[in-house]
Amino acid sequence: MAKSHKPVVWFPFAAGGTVIAFCMPVIVVLGFLAALGHVPPGLSYESLRAFAAHGIGKLILFGVIALSLWSSAHRLRCTCYDFGLRADTLIATVLYVAAIVGSAATAMFLFRI
Amino acid sequence: MSRRPLIREVPPSTWFFRHPRYLRYMAREVTSLFVGAYCVLLVIAMQRLSAGPIAWQEFLAALRSPASLVFHLAAMAAAFYHAGTWFNATQKAMPLQLGEDFVPGAYISGAHYLVWAVLSLVVLFVAGVI
Repeated sequence: MAKSHKPVVWFPFAAGGTVIAFCMPVIVVLGFLAALGHVPPGLSYESLRAFAAHGIGKLILFGVIALSLWSSAHRLRCTCYDFGLRADTLIATVLYVAAIVGSAATAMFLFRI
Repeated sequence: MSRRPLIREVPPSTWFFRHPRYLRYMAREVTSLFVGAYCVLLVIAMQRLSAGPIAWQEFLAALRSPASLVFHLAAMAAAFYHAGTWFNATQKAMPLQLGEDFVPGAYISGAHYLVWAVLSLVVLFVAGVI
């Protein structure tokens, strides 16, 4: 049977696309409210820290951020190709490494809380 | 007789201006730029949150800059466009067959929209906005 590394890349991409579709709009709306100066009570240091201090909260934050990062990296790679940048191996390496580093950093920050 | 295959020259970086459908496809592709940038902002937010209350207050203050406001508007448009096109595509990506017939596509996309609305309202409620 032919082996391909594609599913490894593709599964987090599809999962991330779903997570982005369901979660990202409301997250950006919360950020937008904060940008307007109306910081939602849930984004105050105490509440957000309490959320991130809980194991399930950590898992939700990490899951949303890591999957979104991976999916965005994969989509950006395709976008670069569609815009005529054909150095695919280089672009893919840079973007996937960035996504992995970002996910690892997120895990580290969440462990510190 | 040799068959001459049809070979078209496709301009590598302007092909999507040829058809509105290609342009809509590219519009969706470009949303990944803003969503990706917002993901980076979320990673920074986690760093600031872990650095303590003063760092978090500074982060919230930095969000209020005009550049951040414009970025949030763009990211919001991108996030909603991505979500809408994603849910519209679900009926093609996962058609559901019951017996002989396929479930109408509008039900599949509609169910996704419903779950999205409920989930967003729950998040807004938990965050204390509504």
